[in-house]
Amino acid sequence: MTKKKDVAMTVNETLRIGRALRSLAGERAPRSLLPAVLARVGLADSYWEIDSPVGRIFVAHSRAGISLVSRARSASDFERAFRNRYGRPIGPSADAPPANVRSLVAGRVRGRDTNVRFDLRGVSEFERAVLLKALEIPPGEVRPYSWIAREIGHPDAVRAAGSALAKNPVPLLIPCHRVVRSDGHIGNYSLGGPRNKRTLLAAEGADPRTLEKLAAAGVRYLGNREGRYYCFPTCGGLQSLIRDNQVRFASSREAEAAGYKPCGECRPAAVA
Amino acid sequence: MPQPDALTNDLALDLDGTFERLVRVFQDRIFSFAHRLSGNREDAEEIAQDAFVRAYRALRAYPAERIRTIALQAWLYRIALNVARNRFRVRKTRVVSLDARGGDGEEARRAWEAADDPRERPDSRLEEKESRAGIAALVAGLPERYRAAIILRYVEGLKLEEVAEVLEQPVGTAKSNVHRAVNLLRGAISDSRRTKRNRS
Repeated sequence: MTKKKDVAMTVNETLRIGRALRSLAGERAPRSLLPAVLARVGLADSYWEIDSPVGRIFVAHSRAGISLVSRARSASDFERAFRNRYGRPIGPSADAPPANVRSLVAGRVRGRDTNVRFDLRGVSEFERAVLLKALEIPPGEVRPYSWIAREIGHPDAVRAAGSALAKNPVPLLIPCHRVVRSDGHIGNYSLGGPRNKRTLLAAEGADPRTLEKLAAAGVRYLGNREGRYYCFPTCGGLQSLIRDNQVRFASSREAEAAGYKPCGECRPAAVA
Repeated sequence: MPQPDALTNDLALDLDGTFERLVRVFQDRIFSFAHRLSGNREDAEEIAQDAFVRAYRALRAYPAERIRTIALQAWLYRIALNVARNRFRVRKTRVVSLDARGGDGEEARRAWEAADDPRERPDSRLEEKESRAGIAALVAGLPERYRAAIILRYVEGLKLEEVAEVLEQPVGTAKSNVHRAVNLLRGAISDSRRTKRNRS
């Protein structure tokens, strides 16, 4: 064999080896890899079944926090819904739900005051701000969408705040049922419709019927004659609704014109 | 693929909430690398699993500023390589040896030879698959030092600088290891061909 031939062969051979090596690339990891890794580092997902005022709910969680709440018809429906949404497997939890989660489900405690963690991966920054703001609303009280929008620094994004709440992956635990229409009507609810929203509010000690009546009468705020401040009707719970020395306002402008200041607790208007 | 900076930042801020994304982004590459290193899928899956678990534990221990500076791809390849090395050390490499007669080695060699014969070009799917299996087995039979280098450079398609980072070697050393690996592989291929000629 001549030297020239030898070199040509070597070049061909090298090209061929390169091609053959490249053909080994682009492999897919087996599907079992991700769940196995997550389980080993303690990040596997599991779910609790918890009784709530609107029936049995499924609550998916991992060490990263609570990631999905729904009223699925069965455990297997819930498992399927979770897999479809997050692409990870899930199984029933070995432990009972901790007390703080149960209190949250029962509406006995304000989300902000518990150390329950939420796993809001896949939720946009804006939506996250909306949801975390809703955690500040105490049980038995409601705030309008416009309040959420204003409080998170996007006063014009009322509709966007509404749709963020409608998409809330963890309803009930993040209490989007405590957020109502800006005209005071209770409005819609993702976890089984408006009736469930009323049921939940009533279970927490709010009075949905009175709220609707006030909204229908155009009353948006209640003023306290003694303290000369005005509030959302549910501020401080049911007590405020039956107080004698209250005055009704249709708008914050009306309240301010009458010499009333916005309440520092429920913040019915931006504090100037 | 360029390093997604957003990922290290998110890992620094919320490890538990972001870790899944890290696994999803890199699992194919780490698995593929482990497969080529070990020569079989079962070991590869265990190596990849161990590598991600180690990565998670390391990230838990690191302060946020350190996480932000990690070049994730090279770092993960390096962890996978270390996991694989430990396993090979313990088990004294179950991988196919180039000197092996019969078994997988022989099959691999035949597959490679078949592809080399102009009358038996890998035009059917099956033959192509066999030829891949052939080169894969020959790669898996290289000494570990060269094997890692050639896989990272030519299968995973890393730049030499990144190969050097994974191997924790100067670029010059990595380059000569890659070069040596190609020569060894070429030698292995002609050896296998000679064996065939002698047989026929």
